[in-house]
Amino acid sequence: MLKILKYSFFDLIRSRWSYVYLLFYLLLGCVLLFLNNDLSKAVITLMNIIITLVPLIGTIFGVMYYYNSKEFTELLLAQPVKRSSIFIGQYLGVALSLSMSLIIGLGIPFALYGLFQSNEIWDFLLLLVTGAFLTLIFTALAFNIALYNENKIKGFSYAILLWLFMAVIYDGLFLMSLILLESYPLDTLSIGTTMFNPIDLSRILILLKLDISALLGYTGAVFQKFFGTGFGLVLSISVLSLWVILPVLNIYRKSRKKDF
Amino acid sequence: MIKIEQLYKRFGKNKVLKGVDLDITSKGIFAILGPNGSGKTTLIKAILGMVIPDKGKLLVEDVSIKRNWKYRDQIDYLPQIANFPANLTVKELISMIKDLRNRPGEDKKLISLFKLEPFLSKKLSHLSGGTKQKVNLVLTLMFDSPIIILDEPTSGLDPIALIHLKELIAVEKAKGKIILITSHIMSFVEEVADEIVFLLEGKVYFKGNIDALKTQTKESNFERAIANLLTYEDA
Repeated sequence: MLKILKYSFFDLIRSRWSYVYLLFYLLLGCVLLFLNNDLSKAVITLMNIIITLVPLIGTIFGVMYYYNSKEFTELLLAQPVKRSSIFIGQYLGVALSLSMSLIIGLGIPFALYGLFQSNEIWDFLLLLVTGAFLTLIFTALAFNIALYNENKIKGFSYAILLWLFMAVIYDGLFLMSLILLESYPLDTLSIGTTMFNPIDLSRILILLKLDISALLGYTGAVFQKFFGTGFGLVLSISVLSLWVILPVLNIYRKSRKKDF
Repeated sequence: MIKIEQLYKRFGKNKVLKGVDLDITSKGIFAILGPNGSGKTTLIKAILGMVIPDKGKLLVEDVSIKRNWKYRDQIDYLPQIANFPANLTVKELISMIKDLRNRPGEDKKLISLFKLEPFLSKKLSHLSGGTKQKVNLVLTLMFDSPIIILDEPTSGLDPIALIHLKELIAVEKAKGKIILITSHIMSFVEEVADEIVFLLEGKVYFKGNIDALKTQTKESNFERAIANLLTYEDA
């Protein structure tokens, strides 16, 4: 598996898109820091961008890489290599190279800015960790979609729908349910619903870390009480890990049964 | 050796293999023939474990291939359409496959035989169809495995390369290997094959040497004998 990972990773590192993605983050980081001069605000803006953009890029890149490397996959399938290691290796290759673009692209401007001397370093690290988690999650989901759909157009449409659902529609439904059920106590429901969407979960994790939960009103207080504790943090990190593990297990399962 | 018992495979409603029985125990060159859509490629992919059969047994060197991948080390496979990852150069691709197989290969000899030296540092997406097929042949034949499977090996080759290919096949045969070939070029099949396996509608319709085929169909010409097998079924 490590060999496949190595080849996928280097294949991606040499592609133009990785550089575009890296440059985008470099530019974003520089602009936000040097035009803004407020580290805390820069982190919040970054969060808003990361939380929608990372899943989008993860899904699109994942689906695209799978379909583009079809020939490579078929070549590998005839070699004495385990099937699951081909797919898991390719998945890790994509996910790791994307995470690396994110971490390096944002890390350099922040390091230049003198982040290591500031108190915001933990907020920033949390931002990078959730960004990496979101990349791992959405690339895995994208690989699942691609494995189930031979048709590229269908695969792409499902991938975009998935992103749209998680990033936009889910929140809408969530809000509507809160309004409809306003006469009931909703603490557990809202915490529960948050767990089912990795994007929401990451957002709330970061917001609470930034101590701006007062903006969220009563719900914020509830969240603060829950996520602010060590237990809440451990739980959300484990839920995020579960969001990675389950799709990866399904890649493993599906790839063993598929015909090529 | 390859042993196939009652192999079934369907893709959705399309039943491709309907109980294939095939025993390849002796050494030599076996041509798998059949009309388009008769299941040749599916059968080959099933042997390679790329297509997972619905029913039936498939043994390579006396080991069931189900949930097994190590046996593929015994097989050299030439895929039908030489589609390679576009970002790699020829040299990188060759060293990658050697690395994956964890074996040294005789690539140098084959590269000079097919005169591929000028293309070694070119990207695979920039090669012509025939050159790709030569690279494909190098990748397949550089290892010394007991079973070789060639899916349409002649496609896109120029006459000189074709002669080299025939010589290579003869050399491998002399080493006592099992070689499976599919091809639509009947003269090529007649020249190299020891035995014919004729697939029709997902079953082995005929298995035997060329002379037996000619006697059975009462034709003196090989191409006509094959055509006879086809029309006989249609009638």
